[in-house]
Amino acid sequence: MTALLPRRGLAQILALIVILAVDRVVSPQFFDLRLQDGRLFGSLIDVLNRGTPVALLSLGMVLVIATRGIDLSVGAVMAICGAIAASLADGHGLPVVLAATLGAGLVCGLWNGFLVAVLGMQPIVATLILMVAGRGIAQLITEGRIVTFSSPDLVWLGNGSVLGLPVPIVIALGMLILTGAVVRGSALGLLIEATGGNARASELAGVGTRAMILAVYVWCGVCAALAGVIAAADIMGADANNAGLWLELDAILAVVIGGTSLFGGRFSLVLAVLGALIIQTMNTGILLSGYPPEFNLLVKAVVVLAVLLLQSPKFSGLAGIAARLRRTKA
Amino acid sequence: MKGLPPVLITAIVLVAGFAACAVQFPNIASTRVVGNLLTDNAFLGIVATGMTFVIISGGIDLSVGSVIGFTTVFVALAIERWGVPPLVAVVAILALSAAFGAAMGTVIHVFDLPPFIVTLAGMFLARGASFLLSTESVPITAPIYSTVSDFALRMPAGGRLTAIAIIMLAIVIGGALLLHLTRFGANVYALGGSRTTASLMGVAVGKMTIKIYMLSSLLAGIAGIVFSFYTSAGYSLSAVGVELDTIAAVVIGGTLLTGGQGSVIGTFLGVLIQGLIQTYINFDGTLSSWWTKIATGVLLFAFIALQQGLVVLARRTVRKSAGAAT
Repeated sequence: MTALLPRRGLAQILALIVILAVDRVVSPQFFDLRLQDGRLFGSLIDVLNRGTPVALLSLGMVLVIATRGIDLSVGAVMAICGAIAASLADGHGLPVVLAATLGAGLVCGLWNGFLVAVLGMQPIVATLILMVAGRGIAQLITEGRIVTFSSPDLVWLGNGSVLGLPVPIVIALGMLILTGAVVRGSALGLLIEATGGNARASELAGVGTRAMILAVYVWCGVCAALAGVIAAADIMGADANNAGLWLELDAILAVVIGGTSLFGGRFSLVLAVLGALIIQTMNTGILLSGYPPEFNLLVKAVVVLAVLLLQSPKFSGLAGIAARLRRTKA
Repeated sequence: MKGLPPVLITAIVLVAGFAACAVQFPNIASTRVVGNLLTDNAFLGIVATGMTFVIISGGIDLSVGSVIGFTTVFVALAIERWGVPPLVAVVAILALSAAFGAAMGTVIHVFDLPPFIVTLAGMFLARGASFLLSTESVPITAPIYSTVSDFALRMPAGGRLTAIAIIMLAIVIGGALLLHLTRFGANVYALGGSRTTASLMGVAVGKMTIKIYMLSSLLAGIAGIVFSFYTSAGYSLSAVGVELDTIAAVVIGGTLLTGGQGSVIGTFLGVLIQGLIQTYINFDGTLSSWWTKIATGVLLFAFIALQQGLVVLARRTVRKSAGAAT
C-alpha cells in the first residue's frame, strides 16, 4: 500500500477522489470524454483547462512560499501581462508577444524580489505594493477599456490543441516538468528549502540566500505572466479590472492544500498543482450542480477546512486516540 | 529596543508626509480635512486595532473584510426586513462575530493549523454567508441611523468630529490601554515572541489564541456597524479587500508580521498615513482611476522605503555611539 501511495500526498489524493466522486453524483456525465475535431472534450478536460491559470500561479507561488515569502501581486501581474498581450497581438507575431509579456512578468518579479531580498521588506507588504499599483498599470495599458484581439496565433494559445489536449494544459504540464527538472534536478530546490528553513543559518553556511529569494520571485512573475497570457487568449481579450482578480488567494490556497508550510522549508511542486486541481474540481462541480453561485464560497470554505483537517497531525492524532479508546473498550 | 522605536519613525513619516502635502495644498492643514480623515477611516482604524493584537501574537486575520460585509448586510436586513429593534440587531451581530472569531481561534489552536489559511477559509465563509443573505444593497432608513450619522462635535475652524470618529478614537485608546497595561496585553506579546516559551511561563496559549481572534472579529463586527452608519446601507460586497489595507496599516505602523513587536498607536498612525495618501489623491483631483491606483502603490512604497531607511539609519547611529563608548 505504501509503495503504491506516497505518504505525503495521501490526504490530497483522497480529497481529490472524494470531490471527483461528489462531482460524478451531481453530474452523471462528469467522466465522459469524447474526441471531436481532433480535440478531447468533457468535464475532466474542462477542469484541467480551467485550472491552468491557478496551476501555473501555484508553481511560482510554491517556490516563493518555500523561502518563507508570499506573493500577493500575481493576480495583478496576470492583468498587466494579459493587457500587454492583447494590445500587441494584432500588430506583432506570437514570438514578440510572448517575449514582451514574459519580459514584463520577469520585471515584475525582479521588482518584488528587489524589495524583499535587497531592501529587506516583509514579503506580504512588498508584494502588496505591486498588487495595488499593478492593476492600475494594467488599466493604463488598456486605457480602461476591454481590449479584444483576433490574432489566430494567440487565440490558438488559449483554445487550440496539441495531440488532442488543449494547449493551456500542455503548457502547464511543460512548466511543471521544466520547473521540476530545474529545482529537483539540481541542488537548487534544496537551497531554496534551506533559505526558507533558516535564512541566517543558510547564509552563514554559504547559500546565496539573496540570489535565491530574487530568483523565486522572478520565476513567480514569469509563471504569472504565462497565466495572464493564457487567460487573455482564452477570452480573446484583456479585462484589466477582472483578469486574475483574487487568484493570488487561490494560488496560495493551492500551495497550502498541497502541504507546503507557509513558514517555509519543504515544498512539493506536484502537490501544489494537485491543490490547484482540487480547487478547480470543486468550482466546476458547484457550477455543474446548478446551485446558485452564492454557494460557491461557502462550499469552498468547508472543503478547504476539511482538507486542512485531514492533513493536520493533531487531527490524525485525535483519530488515533479515538481508535485506541475503541479498541480498549472492545 | 535600541535606537528609534518604530512608532516614532512612523510618526516622523506621518508628520513629514503631512507637511509635504500641506506645502502643496495649504487647505489640507485644517481641522475640517483632519475631521474627515478620521471619519472616512473610522472603520479601518477599528479593524486595524484588532488586527494589531492578532499580528503581535504571531497570527494574521484575513476574515475581517468579510466580517464587515456580513455585518452590514445582517444589520440592514434585521432592521429593515425582519423588524428587529436596532439595538437588539447590533448586540446580536456583535455576539455572532465574537463567536465566529472564537471558532476560528479554536480551529487554529486545537488542530495546529496556520492562521493564514484558517482565516482565509473564514473569509470565504463570511463572504459566502453574506451573499446568501442578500446580493443587493439594502438601504437602512431607521431614524437612529440618521441621528448617529448627523451627530458631530464642532472643532475650531469648522471641523466636525463625527460620532463614528469618536467611536474609533475610543477603541484605539481602549486597545492601546489593553495592550500595554494589562496582563492580557503582556500575554499577547509573549505569544508572539515564542509560543513555547510563553506556554512554559504559564500563559494559557489555547485560551489566549481564542480570545485574540475573538477580539479581532468582535472589532471587525463593530467596524461593520460603523461602516453601515457611514454608508447607511448594507451590501454583501462592501469592504472587499479591506483585510489587506488593514494589514498594510498595521505593518506601516511598525508592527512586525513575525510577531512579538508593535503597538496600537503605531497602527493608528499607519491608518492615518493611508488616509493621508487618499486625501492627497482627492485633493490633486486630476488623477484618473488607474493613476489613483498607481499613485497609491507608489506612495505606499515611498512611505515603507522611508521607514526602512530610518530604521537602518537609527541602527547605524546606535552602533556608532556604542563604538564611541568603548
